[in-house]
Amino acid sequence: MIEAKSLTKTYPDGTGALHDVTFDIRDGESCSVIGPSGCGKTTLLLIFSGILKPTEGKALIEGEDVTASLKELALIFQDYGLFPWKTVYENASLGLELRGFGKRERKRIVSALLKDLDLQGFEKYYPKQLSGGMQQRVAFARALALNPRILLMDEPLSSLDALTRENLQNFLLQLWKQKRMTMLLVTHSIEEAVFLGRKVIVLSPRPGTVIKTVDNPQMGDLDYRIKEVFFEKCREVRQNLDGGAI
Amino acid sequence: MPGSKAELRWWSYLITAVAIFGLWHLVAVILDSIALPTPLTALSAFISGLKEGLISHSLISTLRIVYGIALAFSLAVPIGLVSHETRVDKFVAPFIYLLYPIPHIVLLPVIILLFGIGDLSKIIIIAMIVFFQILVTTRDASRNVSGNYIYPMLSLGASRKEIYKHVILPACVPKILTAMRISVGTSIAVLFFVESFATTRGLGYLIMDAWSRANYPDLYAAIVTMALLGFSIYVVLDQVEKRVCRWVYV
Ligand SMILES: Nc1ncnc2c1ncn2[C@@H]1O[C@H](COP(=O)(O)OP(=O)(O)OP(=O)(O)O)[C@@H](O)[C@H]1O
Ligand SMILES: [Mg+2]
Repeated sequence: MIEAKSLTKTYPDGTGALHDVTFDIRDGESCSVIGPSGCGKTTLLLIFSGILKPTEGKALIEGEDVTASLKELALIFQDYGLFPWKTVYENASLGLELRGFGKRERKRIVSALLKDLDLQGFEKYYPKQLSGGMQQRVAFARALALNPRILLMDEPLSSLDALTRENLQNFLLQLWKQKRMTMLLVTHSIEEAVFLGRKVIVLSPRPGTVIKTVDNPQMGDLDYRIKEVFFEKCREVRQNLDGGAI
Repeated sequence: MPGSKAELRWWSYLITAVAIFGLWHLVAVILDSIALPTPLTALSAFISGLKEGLISHSLISTLRIVYGIALAFSLAVPIGLVSHETRVDKFVAPFIYLLYPIPHIVLLPVIILLFGIGDLSKIIIIAMIVFFQILVTTRDASRNVSGNYIYPMLSLGASRKEIYKHVILPACVPKILTAMRISVGTSIAVLFFVESFATTRGLGYLIMDAWSRANYPDLYAAIVTMALLGFSIYVVLDQVEKRVCRWVYV
C-alpha cells in the first residue's frame, strides 16, 4: 500500500510544487497520475523514492514513512537516467551491482531481461549509440532487474513515436498483469493514463493538488484501446484536466 | 573501406611532420646562419649526442616532469572531485580564487630556500604550478555534474562512495585528462626554467650549456630532445584518453 497524506512540497527557493496531495494505491494496483507540465509529478515520485523530503504531510509505504530508497521499489526517470559512460549492460546491471549481487547472477538476470526487451546484441553499446526507444528499454531493464514490488515511472514513454510507444504500453500492461506489482505511472497522455491505470489521479496546475480520481475498472486488456468505454474514460479525464489544457 | 579513417590520420600526421621539417630546412637554407642549422645537422648532432649522455640527461628531465605531474595529480584530483560537495567547495573555491591567478613561478626562491637546490625543489615547483591547472579543471567539472545523474544513483540506494565511483569520477575523467595534456606543455616550460641554473643535469642544462658554448648543433639536439619529451608524454596521455574515454568518441 502506497499512501500520500496531505503531501506538500515547497522547494527551498520558494517554488510550491505540491499542495495537500492525498491518495492511496493498494498492493498490486496500477495507478496513473496525469497533470499539466510543472505541476509536481516528478517531485511526487522523488518523494516516494526517498530522494526528496516533503515539506509537510507524509509519504507512506506499507504504513512506514519513506526516508530512504526502499529495496522493493524502483524508479524509472523522465530522461531515462542512464549514464553515458556505462555500456548498455553496465547500465542495466548497475542496480544489482549496488545491491551486492555477484557477477554471475547479474549476468543471468540482465541477459534474460535484455533479451526480453529486444536489446540482445547491444550489450556493449553506449547509450548515445541507441535510439530513444532503446534507451528507454535499457532504463526498464535496470529497474526490472531489481524485481521490484513497486514500480514508479516518470513519463517513461513521452519522447517515443506513436508506434514504439504503443508497443511499450502493451509491454507494461502485460508486465503488470504477469507480476502484479504496484505501479505508479506519471504521464502527459490521457490515453496512456487510461490504458494503464486502474485509477487515474488528475492533478491541478502548480502547486499540484488532486482534482479528481477517476476509477477505471475495465482496464487490463490489450484491446481496451478500441472499446467505447475507453473513449468515455478518456473524455472524463479530459474534462477534469482544467478544460483539457495540457 | 575498413580502417581508412585510421590510415588517413596516420598519413596526415606524417605529412604535417614532413612539412614542419621542410619549412625548417627552407628557413635554415635561406637564413644561412650558424644559429639555425638544418634539420639534418640537428639530427646528426642528436644521434651523436645519444652516445654522450643525452639519454641520461633526458631521463632525469623525464623523471622530474613525471614526478611533478604525478604529485600534482594525486593531490588535485581528489580535492577537485570532493569539491562536488558544497561543504568542501566552501573552502576550495576561495583557495583557488586567491591562489590560482598569482604566478607561482615567482615562488621559486622560497621553494629553493625551503627545499634546497636539488631535484625536490624542481619537482615541487612543477607540481605546484600543474596542481592548480588540474585542480581548477577538476573542480569545475565535478561542480557541474548534473543532479540528473545523482538522483538515479540515490534511487538505486547508492552510498556516497558509490556515487563517486560510478558517477562523479567517470563524468570528470575527460576534463581531467584534458587538464593533464595542457599541463604537459606548462610543466616542460617550467622544467626548462628550473633546469637552466644551479644544476648540471637535465635537458634545460644542456640547452643553456650548448648556448653558452655557442655550439648550435648541440643546442638543437637538446631542443629537439625536449620537444620529443613533451611529444611522448602527450602521446601517452592521448592513448590513455582513447582507452578510458571510449564513450566520448563512439
Ligand atoms: N530543485 C528544484 N528547485 C526549485 N524548484 C524546482 C526544483 N525542481 C522542480 N522545481 C519546480 O517545481 C515545480 C514542479 O516540478 P516537477 O519537476 O515536479 O514538475 P512535473 O510535473 O514533473 O513537470 P513535467 O511534466 O514538465 O515533467 C516546477 O515548477 C519546477 O520548476
Ligand atoms: Mg516531470
